[in-house]
Amino acid sequence: MENDVITIDVQKELISASGRMQLNISTVVPMGELVVLFGESGAGKTTLLRMIAGLTKPDKGFIKVGNSVWFDSKKGINKSPQERNIGFVFQDYALFPNMTIFGNVAYGQNRRDEALVNKLLAKFGLTEFAARKPDKLSGGQKQRVALARALARKPDFLLLDEPLSALDSSIRTSLQNEILKAHSITNATTLLVSHDLTEVFRLAQKVIKIENGKITGTGKPDDIFLNNSISGKVQITGNIVKIQKQDTFYLLTVVTGMNQIVKVTAFENEIHDLAEGDKIMVFSKAFNPLIMKVQN
Amino acid sequence: MSTPFTETLILTAKLAIYTTVILLVIGMPISYFLAFSRFRFKPVVEALVSMPLVLPPSVIGYYILVAYSPNYWFGSFLSDVFDVHLAFSFEGILIASVVFSVPFMVQPLTNGLRGIPVNLREASYTLGKSKAETFFRVLIPNIKPSLITAIALTFAHCIGEFGIILMVGGNIPGETRVASIAIYDEVQGLNFDMANRYALTLFLISFVILTLIYTINRRSKTWKMM
Repeated sequence: MENDVITIDVQKELISASGRMQLNISTVVPMGELVVLFGESGAGKTTLLRMIAGLTKPDKGFIKVGNSVWFDSKKGINKSPQERNIGFVFQDYALFPNMTIFGNVAYGQNRRDEALVNKLLAKFGLTEFAARKPDKLSGGQKQRVALARALARKPDFLLLDEPLSALDSSIRTSLQNEILKAHSITNATTLLVSHDLTEVFRLAQKVIKIENGKITGTGKPDDIFLNNSISGKVQITGNIVKIQKQDTFYLLTVVTGMNQIVKVTAFENEIHDLAEGDKIMVFSKAFNPLIMKVQN
Repeated sequence: MSTPFTETLILTAKLAIYTTVILLVIGMPISYFLAFSRFRFKPVVEALVSMPLVLPPSVIGYYILVAYSPNYWFGSFLSDVFDVHLAFSFEGILIASVVFSVPFMVQPLTNGLRGIPVNLREASYTLGKSKAETFFRVLIPNIKPSLITAIALTFAHCIGEFGIILMVGGNIPGETRVASIAIYDEVQGLNFDMANRYALTLFLISFVILTLIYTINRRSKTWKMM
Protein backbone atom coordinates (compact mmCIF):
# COMPACT_ATOMS: atom_id res chain seq x y z
CA MET A 1 0.00 0.00 0.00
CA GLU A 2 2.82 2.36 0.90
CA ASN A 3 4.21 1.94 -2.60
CA ASP A 4 1.18 3.49 -4.18
CA VAL A 5 0.95 6.76 -2.33
CA ILE A 6 2.75 10.05 -2.06
CA THR A 7 3.04 11.16 1.53
CA ILE A 8 3.57 14.82 2.20
CA ASP A 9 4.15 16.31 5.62
CA VAL A 10 5.87 19.69 5.39
CA GLN A 11 6.12 22.94 7.27
CA LYS A 12 7.44 26.27 6.11
CA GLU A 13 7.15 29.84 7.26
CA LEU A 14 6.01 32.07 4.43
CA ILE A 15 6.14 35.82 4.25
CA SER A 16 3.03 36.91 2.41
CA ALA A 17 1.42 40.25 1.72
CA SER A 18 -0.58 39.95 4.93
CA GLY A 19 2.42 39.10 7.10
CA ARG A 20 3.99 35.87 8.24
CA MET A 21 2.10 32.65 7.68
CA GLN A 22 2.86 29.11 8.75
CA LEU A 23 2.39 26.62 5.93
CA ASN A 24 1.58 23.29 7.52
CA ILE A 25 0.52 20.57 5.11
CA SER A 26 0.05 16.91 5.79
CA THR A 27 -1.68 14.74 3.23
CA VAL A 28 -1.54 11.54 1.24
CA VAL A 29 -2.06 11.46 -2.51
CA PRO A 30 -2.80 8.13 -4.21
CA MET A 31 -0.55 7.60 -7.24
CA GLY A 32 -2.13 8.03 -10.63
CA GLU A 33 -4.89 10.39 -9.51
CA LEU A 34 -5.64 13.88 -10.70
CA VAL A 35 -5.72 16.06 -7.63
CA VAL A 36 -6.56 19.75 -7.55
CA LEU A 37 -5.05 22.01 -4.89
CA PHE A 38 -7.73 24.61 -4.41
CA GLY A 39 -7.60 27.85 -2.50
CA GLU A 40 -7.42 31.62 -2.63
CA SER A 41 -4.23 33.18 -3.95
CA GLY A 42 -1.67 33.44 -1.16
CA ALA A 43 -2.99 30.34 0.60
CA GLY A 44 0.21 28.41 -0.05
CA LYS A 45 -0.85 26.16 -2.95
CA THR A 46 1.94 27.17 -5.30
CA THR A 47 4.53 26.91 -2.52
CA LEU A 48 3.36 23.35 -1.82
CA LEU A 49 3.67 22.49 -5.51
CA ARG A 50 7.17 24.02 -5.65
CA MET A 51 8.21 22.06 -2.58
CA ILE A 52 7.14 18.83 -4.29
CA ALA A 53 9.12 19.87 -7.37
CA GLY A 54 12.19 20.65 -5.29
CA LEU A 55 12.17 24.33 -6.28
CA THR A 56 11.40 25.51 -2.75
CA LYS A 57 12.83 23.91 0.36
CA PRO A 58 10.48 23.20 3.29
CA ASP A 59 11.69 24.19 6.77
CA LYS A 60 10.76 20.81 8.22
CA GLY A 61 9.09 17.56 7.34
CA PHE A 62 9.28 14.95 4.62
CA ILE A 63 8.02 14.12 1.13
CA LYS A 64 7.92 10.43 0.21
CA VAL A 65 6.95 9.13 -3.19
CA GLY A 66 6.29 5.42 -2.82
CA ASN A 67 9.43 4.10 -1.19
CA SER A 68 11.62 6.90 -2.44
CA VAL A 69 12.34 9.77 -0.06
CA TRP A 70 12.48 13.10 -1.90
CA PHE A 71 12.83 15.29 1.15
CA ASP A 72 13.49 14.57 4.79
CA SER A 73 14.69 17.37 7.03
CA LYS A 74 15.68 14.94 9.82
CA LYS A 75 17.88 12.81 7.58
CA GLY A 76 19.11 15.80 5.62
CA ILE A 77 17.75 14.43 2.32
CA ASN A 78 16.73 16.96 -0.32
CA LYS A 79 16.66 15.66 -3.88
CA SER A 80 17.25 18.31 -6.51
CA PRO A 81 14.50 18.99 -9.08
CA GLN A 82 16.68 17.19 -11.63
CA GLU A 83 16.57 13.99 -9.56
CA ARG A 84 12.79 14.01 -9.17
CA ASN A 85 11.14 12.67 -12.30
CA ILE A 86 8.55 15.41 -12.65
CA GLY A 87 6.92 17.55 -15.29
CA PHE A 88 6.21 21.11 -14.20
CA VAL A 89 3.88 23.44 -16.09
CA PHE A 90 4.13 27.11 -15.17
CA GLN A 91 1.35 29.68 -15.24
CA ASP A 92 3.27 31.77 -17.77
CA TYR A 93 4.41 28.75 -19.83
CA ALA A 94 8.19 29.35 -19.41
CA LEU A 95 8.96 28.13 -22.92
CA PHE A 96 12.54 28.58 -24.10
CA PRO A 97 12.44 31.47 -26.62
CA ASN A 98 15.64 30.39 -28.36
CA MET A 99 14.29 26.98 -29.32
CA THR A 100 11.63 25.87 -31.77
CA ILE A 101 8.47 24.20 -30.53
CA PHE A 102 10.00 20.86 -31.44
CA GLY A 103 13.21 21.83 -29.61
CA ASN A 104 11.25 22.86 -26.52
CA VAL A 105 9.42 19.55 -26.34
CA ALA A 106 12.56 17.50 -27.05
CA TYR A 107 14.70 19.45 -24.53
CA GLY A 108 13.69 17.48 -21.45
CA GLN A 109 14.31 14.04 -22.90
CA ASN A 110 17.25 12.18 -21.45
CA ARG A 111 17.52 10.13 -24.58
CA ARG A 112 16.30 11.84 -27.72
CA ASP A 113 13.11 10.19 -28.93
CA GLU A 114 11.85 12.10 -31.96
CA ALA A 115 8.98 9.70 -32.48
CA LEU A 116 7.59 10.51 -29.04
CA VAL A 117 8.04 14.25 -29.61
CA ASN A 118 6.15 14.04 -32.90
CA LYS A 119 3.45 11.95 -31.28
CA LEU A 120 3.00 14.50 -28.50
CA LEU A 121 2.96 17.39 -30.96
CA ALA A 122 0.24 15.60 -32.92
CA LYS A 123 -1.75 14.78 -29.76
CA PHE A 124 -1.87 18.43 -28.76
CA GLY A 125 -2.49 19.74 -32.29
CA LEU A 126 0.94 21.37 -32.57
CA THR A 127 2.45 19.54 -35.55
CA GLU A 128 2.15 22.52 -37.88
CA PHE A 129 4.02 24.75 -35.39
CA ALA A 130 6.92 22.35 -34.82
CA ALA A 131 9.51 24.53 -36.58
CA ARG A 132 8.28 27.85 -35.15
CA LYS A 133 9.58 29.78 -32.18
CA PRO A 134 7.31 30.24 -29.13
CA ASP A 135 6.77 33.98 -29.61
CA LYS A 136 4.72 33.24 -32.73
CA LEU A 137 2.13 31.27 -30.76
CA SER A 138 -1.01 32.27 -28.86
CA GLY A 139 -1.30 31.75 -25.10
CA GLY A 140 -3.36 28.59 -25.46
CA GLN A 141 -0.93 27.13 -27.97
CA LYS A 142 2.01 27.97 -25.72
CA GLN A 143 0.43 26.20 -22.79
CA ARG A 144 -0.18 23.13 -24.95
CA VAL A 145 3.53 23.18 -25.84
CA ALA A 146 4.37 23.43 -22.13
CA LEU A 147 2.15 20.40 -21.45
CA ALA A 148 3.76 18.40 -24.25
CA ARG A 149 7.22 19.41 -23.02
CA ALA A 150 6.42 18.27 -19.49
CA LEU A 151 5.18 14.90 -20.79
CA ALA A 152 8.11 14.28 -23.16
CA ARG A 153 10.32 12.97 -20.39
CA LYS A 154 7.62 10.56 -19.15
CA PRO A 155 7.27 12.03 -15.67
CA ASP A 156 5.88 10.11 -12.72
CA PHE A 157 4.46 13.33 -11.39
CA LEU A 158 2.84 16.10 -13.38
CA LEU A 159 2.69 19.42 -11.52
CA LEU A 160 0.59 22.23 -12.96
CA ASP A 161 0.77 25.68 -11.38
CA GLU A 162 -2.43 27.53 -12.34
CA PRO A 163 -1.85 26.57 -15.96
CA LEU A 164 -5.04 28.14 -17.25
CA SER A 165 -5.32 31.34 -15.27
CA ALA A 166 -3.65 33.49 -17.94
CA LEU A 167 -6.03 32.31 -20.65
CA ASP A 168 -9.46 33.35 -21.93
CA SER A 169 -12.38 31.31 -20.70
CA SER A 170 -13.13 29.81 -24.12
CA ILE A 171 -9.57 28.53 -24.45
CA ARG A 172 -9.65 27.31 -20.87
CA THR A 173 -12.38 24.81 -21.60
CA SER A 174 -10.44 23.24 -24.46
CA LEU A 175 -7.25 23.18 -22.40
CA GLN A 176 -9.06 21.47 -19.55
CA ASN A 177 -9.65 18.67 -22.04
CA GLU A 178 -5.95 18.71 -22.93
CA ILE A 179 -5.05 18.33 -19.27
CA LEU A 180 -7.42 15.39 -18.92
CA LYS A 181 -5.81 13.98 -22.06
CA ALA A 182 -2.32 14.52 -20.63
CA HIS A 183 -3.34 12.72 -17.47
CA SER A 184 -4.84 9.79 -19.34
CA ILE A 185 -1.85 9.45 -21.70
CA THR A 186 0.67 9.17 -18.92
CA ASN A 187 -1.27 8.03 -15.92
CA ALA A 188 1.16 10.25 -14.05
CA THR A 189 -0.01 11.48 -10.70
CA THR A 190 -1.20 14.97 -11.51
CA LEU A 191 -1.37 17.87 -9.10
CA LEU A 192 -3.02 21.01 -10.37
CA VAL A 193 -3.14 24.32 -8.54
CA SER A 194 -6.32 26.27 -9.14
CA HIS A 195 -8.60 28.87 -7.65
CA ASP A 196 -11.32 28.26 -10.22
CA LEU A 197 -14.26 26.09 -9.14
CA THR A 198 -15.19 25.16 -12.71
CA GLU A 199 -11.74 23.68 -13.16
CA VAL A 200 -12.11 21.73 -9.94
CA PHE A 201 -15.38 20.16 -11.02
CA ARG A 202 -14.18 19.45 -14.57
CA LEU A 203 -10.84 17.94 -13.65
CA ALA A 204 -10.46 16.78 -10.08
CA GLN A 205 -10.80 13.23 -8.91
CA LYS A 206 -9.85 14.62 -5.55
CA VAL A 207 -9.62 18.11 -4.13
CA ILE A 208 -7.30 19.36 -1.43
CA LYS A 209 -8.63 22.65 -0.15
CA ILE A 210 -6.01 24.94 1.35
CA GLU A 211 -6.72 28.04 3.41
CA ASN A 212 -4.05 30.16 5.13
CA GLY A 213 -1.42 27.46 4.78
CA LYS A 214 -3.57 24.66 6.20
CA ILE A 215 -5.64 21.93 4.60
CA THR A 216 -9.30 22.55 5.40
CA GLY A 217 -10.81 19.77 3.37
CA THR A 218 -9.90 16.72 1.33
CA GLY A 219 -12.22 14.64 -0.82
CA LYS A 220 -14.29 14.52 -3.96
CA PRO A 221 -15.36 17.92 -5.32
CA ASP A 222 -19.01 17.21 -4.53
CA ASP A 223 -18.21 16.38 -0.93
CA ILE A 224 -16.09 19.45 -0.41
CA PHE A 225 -18.07 22.13 -2.15
CA LEU A 226 -21.68 21.03 -2.20
CA ASN A 227 -23.70 20.88 0.89
CA ASN A 228 -24.98 17.32 1.03
CA SER A 229 -28.21 18.28 2.67
CA ILE A 230 -29.28 19.95 -0.54
CA SER A 231 -30.85 17.56 -2.98
CA GLY A 232 -31.39 20.22 -5.57
CA LYS A 233 -32.19 19.23 -9.10
CA VAL A 234 -30.28 22.05 -10.72
CA GLN A 235 -27.23 23.66 -9.16
CA ILE A 236 -25.28 26.62 -10.41
CA THR A 237 -22.38 28.22 -8.57
CA GLY A 238 -21.15 31.68 -9.36
CA ASN A 239 -20.38 35.13 -8.08
CA ILE A 240 -22.91 37.88 -7.49
CA VAL A 241 -22.07 40.85 -9.65
CA LYS A 242 -25.14 42.96 -8.99
CA ILE A 243 -27.96 43.14 -6.44
CA GLN A 244 -30.99 45.20 -7.51
CA LYS A 245 -34.00 45.92 -5.32
CA GLN A 246 -37.34 45.48 -7.06
CA ASP A 247 -40.77 46.10 -5.47
CA THR A 248 -40.97 43.20 -3.07
CA PHE A 249 -37.94 41.14 -3.98
CA TYR A 250 -34.36 41.44 -5.14
CA LEU A 251 -32.85 40.60 -8.52
CA LEU A 252 -29.40 39.01 -8.37
CA THR A 253 -27.11 38.91 -11.39
CA VAL A 254 -24.76 35.96 -11.06
CA VAL A 255 -21.78 35.12 -13.26
CA THR A 256 -21.00 31.43 -13.28
CA GLY A 257 -17.62 29.79 -13.58
CA MET A 258 -18.35 29.25 -17.25
CA ASN A 259 -18.83 33.02 -17.66
CA GLN A 260 -22.56 32.68 -18.06
CA ILE A 261 -24.77 35.43 -16.75
CA VAL A 262 -27.75 34.22 -14.77
CA LYS A 263 -30.47 36.37 -13.22
CA VAL A 264 -32.32 35.05 -10.22
CA THR A 265 -34.81 36.48 -7.81
CA ALA A 266 -34.29 36.49 -4.09
CA PHE A 267 -36.26 37.53 -1.06
CA GLU A 268 -35.27 39.74 1.81
CA ASN A 269 -34.55 36.81 4.13
CA GLU A 270 -32.20 35.24 1.59
CA ILE A 271 -30.33 38.40 0.78
CA HIS A 272 -29.53 39.69 4.27
CA ASP A 273 -25.97 38.26 4.41
CA LEU A 274 -25.15 38.50 0.71
CA ALA A 275 -23.07 41.18 -0.96
CA GLU A 276 -21.76 41.78 -4.45
CA GLY A 277 -18.72 39.59 -5.06
CA ASP A 278 -19.97 36.74 -2.85
CA LYS A 279 -19.82 33.23 -4.20
CA ILE A 280 -23.22 31.57 -4.07
CA MET A 281 -24.91 28.42 -5.19
CA VAL A 282 -28.28 28.69 -6.91
CA PHE A 283 -30.35 25.53 -6.87
CA SER A 284 -33.89 24.59 -7.49
CA LYS A 285 -35.72 21.56 -6.29
CA ALA A 286 -39.36 22.37 -6.46
CA PHE A 287 -39.91 21.32 -10.03
CA ASN A 288 -38.32 19.35 -12.79
CA PRO A 289 -36.19 21.62 -14.94
CA LEU A 290 -36.86 21.86 -18.66
CA ILE A 291 -33.98 20.90 -20.90
CA MET A 292 -33.40 22.08 -24.45
CA LYS A 293 -30.50 21.33 -26.79
CA VAL A 294 -28.45 24.39 -27.69
CA GLN A 295 -27.97 24.85 -31.44
CA ASN A 296 -24.37 25.70 -32.28
CA MET B 1 55.57 44.06 -45.34
CA SER B 2 55.84 44.40 -41.64
CA THR B 3 56.20 48.10 -41.13
CA PRO B 4 56.20 49.48 -37.61
CA PHE B 5 52.68 50.73 -38.32
CA THR B 6 51.22 47.30 -39.16
CA GLU B 7 53.28 45.65 -36.44
CA THR B 8 51.75 47.99 -33.86
CA LEU B 9 48.23 47.48 -35.18
CA ILE B 10 48.62 43.70 -35.21
CA LEU B 11 49.93 43.77 -31.66
CA THR B 12 47.01 45.97 -30.62
CA ALA B 13 44.51 43.57 -32.23
CA LYS B 14 46.26 40.56 -30.69
CA LEU B 15 46.09 42.10 -27.23
CA ALA B 16 42.41 42.95 -27.65
CA ILE B 17 41.46 39.52 -29.03
CA TYR B 18 43.37 37.57 -26.37
CA THR B 19 41.95 39.76 -23.61
CA THR B 20 38.41 39.32 -24.90
CA VAL B 21 38.68 35.54 -25.22
CA ILE B 22 40.21 35.16 -21.75
CA LEU B 23 37.60 37.45 -20.23
CA LEU B 24 34.80 35.58 -21.96
CA VAL B 25 35.94 32.39 -20.26
CA ILE B 26 36.42 33.84 -16.79
CA GLY B 27 33.66 36.46 -17.11
CA MET B 28 30.86 33.91 -17.55
CA PRO B 29 31.22 32.20 -14.16
CA ILE B 30 31.77 35.56 -12.43
CA SER B 31 28.61 36.94 -14.06
CA TYR B 32 26.63 33.84 -13.11
CA PHE B 33 27.79 34.23 -9.53
CA LEU B 34 26.94 37.95 -9.44
CA ALA B 35 23.55 37.40 -11.08
CA PHE B 36 22.26 34.51 -8.98
CA SER B 37 24.32 33.94 -5.85
CA ARG B 38 22.95 34.87 -2.44
CA PHE B 39 26.43 35.09 -0.94
CA ARG B 40 26.39 37.56 1.90
CA PHE B 41 29.50 39.42 0.83
CA LYS B 42 28.46 39.68 -2.83
CA PRO B 43 28.54 43.51 -2.72
CA VAL B 44 32.26 43.28 -1.92
CA VAL B 45 32.84 41.14 -5.01
CA GLU B 46 30.68 43.50 -7.08
CA ALA B 47 32.71 46.46 -5.86
CA LEU B 48 36.01 44.73 -6.69
CA VAL B 49 34.81 43.86 -10.19
CA SER B 50 33.80 47.49 -10.79
CA MET B 51 36.96 49.06 -9.37
CA PRO B 52 38.64 49.52 -12.77
CA LEU B 53 35.75 51.81 -13.78
CA VAL B 54 36.52 54.34 -11.08
CA LEU B 55 40.23 53.99 -10.31
CA PRO B 56 42.81 55.77 -12.44
CA PRO B 57 44.65 53.23 -14.65
CA SER B 58 47.86 54.31 -12.98
CA VAL B 59 46.68 53.00 -9.60
CA ILE B 60 45.92 49.52 -10.92
CA GLY B 61 48.98 49.65 -13.15
CA TYR B 62 51.10 50.50 -10.14
CA TYR B 63 49.79 47.55 -8.10
CA ILE B 64 50.24 45.18 -11.03
CA LEU B 65 53.78 46.40 -11.60
CA VAL B 66 54.55 45.88 -7.90
CA ALA B 67 53.08 42.38 -8.09
CA TYR B 68 55.27 41.55 -11.09
CA SER B 69 58.40 42.75 -9.28
CA PRO B 70 60.79 39.97 -8.19
CA ASN B 71 61.04 41.85 -4.89
CA TYR B 72 57.59 40.62 -3.89
CA TRP B 73 56.23 37.10 -3.46
CA PHE B 74 54.18 36.81 -6.68
CA GLY B 75 56.92 38.15 -8.94
CA SER B 76 59.68 36.23 -7.18
CA PHE B 77 57.56 33.04 -7.30
CA LEU B 78 57.14 33.44 -11.09
CA SER B 79 60.80 34.27 -11.50
CA ASP B 80 62.12 31.43 -9.35
CA VAL B 81 59.75 28.66 -10.36
CA PHE B 82 58.97 29.43 -14.01
CA ASP B 83 61.69 31.93 -14.90
CA VAL B 84 58.94 34.25 -16.09
CA HIS B 85 59.27 38.02 -15.91
CA LEU B 86 56.01 39.77 -16.62
CA ALA B 87 56.98 43.42 -16.33
CA PHE B 88 57.46 45.08 -19.73
CA SER B 89 56.37 41.93 -21.64
CA PHE B 90 53.36 41.10 -23.81
CA GLU B 91 52.11 38.54 -21.26
CA GLY B 92 52.41 41.23 -18.60
CA ILE B 93 50.25 43.75 -20.45
CA LEU B 94 47.82 40.95 -21.36
CA ILE B 95 47.20 40.15 -17.68
CA ALA B 96 46.94 43.85 -16.84
CA SER B 97 44.53 44.33 -19.72
CA VAL B 98 42.36 41.41 -18.54
CA VAL B 99 42.22 42.79 -15.00
CA PHE B 100 41.43 46.27 -16.21
CA SER B 101 38.64 45.16 -18.60
CA VAL B 102 36.76 42.84 -16.22
CA PRO B 103 33.79 45.17 -15.67
CA PHE B 104 33.26 45.67 -19.40
CA MET B 105 32.69 41.94 -19.82
CA VAL B 106 31.01 41.15 -16.51
CA GLN B 107 28.50 43.97 -16.18
CA PRO B 108 26.57 43.43 -19.45
CA LEU B 109 26.56 39.66 -18.91
CA THR B 110 25.33 40.00 -15.32
CA ASN B 111 22.57 42.38 -16.35
CA GLY B 112 21.54 40.04 -19.16
CA LEU B 113 21.39 37.03 -16.86
CA ARG B 114 19.42 38.95 -14.22
CA GLY B 115 16.86 39.89 -16.86
CA ILE B 116 15.97 36.29 -17.66
CA PRO B 117 12.79 35.18 -15.87
CA VAL B 118 13.58 32.75 -13.07
CA ASN B 119 10.92 30.43 -14.51
CA LEU B 120 13.12 29.58 -17.48
CA ARG B 121 15.88 28.31 -15.22
CA GLU B 122 13.43 26.43 -13.04
CA ALA B 123 11.71 24.91 -16.08
CA SER B 124 15.08 23.62 -17.25
CA TYR B 125 15.85 22.15 -13.81
CA THR B 126 12.49 20.39 -13.65
CA LEU B 127 13.25 18.96 -17.09
CA GLY B 128 16.28 17.27 -15.53
CA LYS B 129 18.99 19.59 -16.82
CA SER B 130 21.97 20.56 -14.68
CA LYS B 131 22.92 24.16 -13.91
CA ALA B 132 25.76 24.01 -16.43
CA GLU B 133 23.58 22.65 -19.22
CA THR B 134 20.89 25.21 -18.37
CA PHE B 135 23.51 27.95 -18.55
CA PHE B 136 24.77 27.04 -22.00
CA ARG B 137 21.53 25.89 -23.61
CA VAL B 138 18.97 28.25 -22.08
CA LEU B 139 20.61 31.26 -20.43
CA ILE B 140 23.42 32.17 -22.82
CA PRO B 141 21.36 31.81 -26.04
CA ASN B 142 18.73 34.10 -24.54
CA ILE B 143 21.12 36.91 -23.65
CA LYS B 144 22.72 37.23 -27.07
CA PRO B 145 22.47 41.05 -27.16
CA SER B 146 24.18 41.27 -23.75
CA LEU B 147 26.80 38.80 -24.88
CA ILE B 148 27.58 40.75 -28.04
CA THR B 149 27.63 44.02 -26.10
CA ALA B 150 30.02 42.51 -23.55
CA ILE B 151 32.38 41.18 -26.22
CA ALA B 152 32.34 44.36 -28.29
CA LEU B 153 32.77 46.67 -25.28
CA THR B 154 35.66 44.61 -23.93
CA PHE B 155 37.34 44.53 -27.32
CA ALA B 156 36.86 48.26 -27.93
CA HIS B 157 38.01 49.14 -24.45
CA CYS B 158 41.17 47.03 -24.86
CA ILE B 159 42.05 48.78 -28.08
CA GLY B 160 41.74 52.12 -26.32
CA GLU B 161 43.75 51.23 -23.21
CA PHE B 162 46.63 53.57 -22.55
CA GLY B 163 47.60 54.32 -18.99
CA ILE B 164 47.81 50.81 -17.65
CA ILE B 165 49.81 49.56 -20.67
CA LEU B 166 52.25 52.42 -20.29
CA MET B 167 52.68 51.68 -16.59
CA VAL B 168 53.10 47.92 -16.93
CA GLY B 169 54.50 47.49 -20.43
CA GLY B 170 56.29 50.65 -21.42
CA ASN B 171 56.84 51.22 -25.12
CA ILE B 172 58.73 48.26 -26.61
CA PRO B 173 58.07 47.84 -30.36
CA GLY B 174 56.54 44.43 -31.18
CA GLU B 175 56.17 43.59 -27.49
CA THR B 176 54.19 46.24 -25.65
CA ARG B 177 53.90 49.13 -28.08
CA VAL B 178 50.17 49.21 -28.89
CA ALA B 179 48.47 51.88 -31.02
CA SER B 180 47.43 54.19 -28.20
CA ILE B 181 51.02 54.27 -26.90
CA ALA B 182 52.35 54.78 -30.42
CA ILE B 183 50.21 57.88 -30.86
CA TYR B 184 51.65 59.36 -27.69
CA ASP B 185 55.14 58.44 -28.80
CA GLU B 186 54.76 59.87 -32.30
CA VAL B 187 53.38 63.13 -30.93
CA GLN B 188 56.34 63.35 -28.58
CA GLY B 189 58.59 62.90 -31.62
CA LEU B 190 56.55 65.51 -33.55
CA ASN B 191 55.59 62.92 -36.21
CA PHE B 192 52.06 64.20 -36.58
CA ASP B 193 51.44 62.24 -39.82
CA MET B 194 51.99 58.91 -38.10
CA ALA B 195 50.08 60.02 -35.00
CA ASN B 196 47.21 60.97 -37.25
CA ARG B 197 47.18 57.57 -38.99
CA TYR B 198 47.02 55.73 -35.68
CA ALA B 199 44.43 58.09 -34.27
CA LEU B 200 42.19 57.84 -37.30
CA THR B 201 42.44 54.02 -37.30
CA LEU B 202 41.47 53.79 -33.63
CA PHE B 203 38.69 56.30 -34.11
CA LEU B 204 37.19 54.31 -36.99
CA ILE B 205 37.45 50.92 -35.26
CA SER B 206 35.82 52.22 -32.07
CA PHE B 207 33.11 54.01 -34.04
CA VAL B 208 32.23 50.89 -36.02
CA ILE B 209 32.12 48.71 -32.90
CA LEU B 210 29.90 51.11 -30.97
CA THR B 211 27.56 51.54 -33.94
CA LEU B 212 27.29 47.77 -34.10
CA ILE B 213 26.38 47.54 -30.42
CA TYR B 214 23.70 50.19 -30.66
CA THR B 215 22.25 48.58 -33.79
CA ILE B 216 22.00 45.21 -32.08
CA ASN B 217 20.50 46.65 -28.92
CA ARG B 218 17.89 48.57 -30.84
CA ARG B 219 16.79 45.42 -32.63
CA SER B 220 16.54 43.30 -29.52
CA LYS B 221 13.25 43.91 -27.83
CA THR B 222 12.91 44.14 -24.10
CA TRP B 223 12.32 40.76 -22.54
CA LYS B 224 8.99 39.22 -23.39
CA MET B 225 7.57 36.38 -21.36
CA MET B 226 7.30 33.23 -23.39
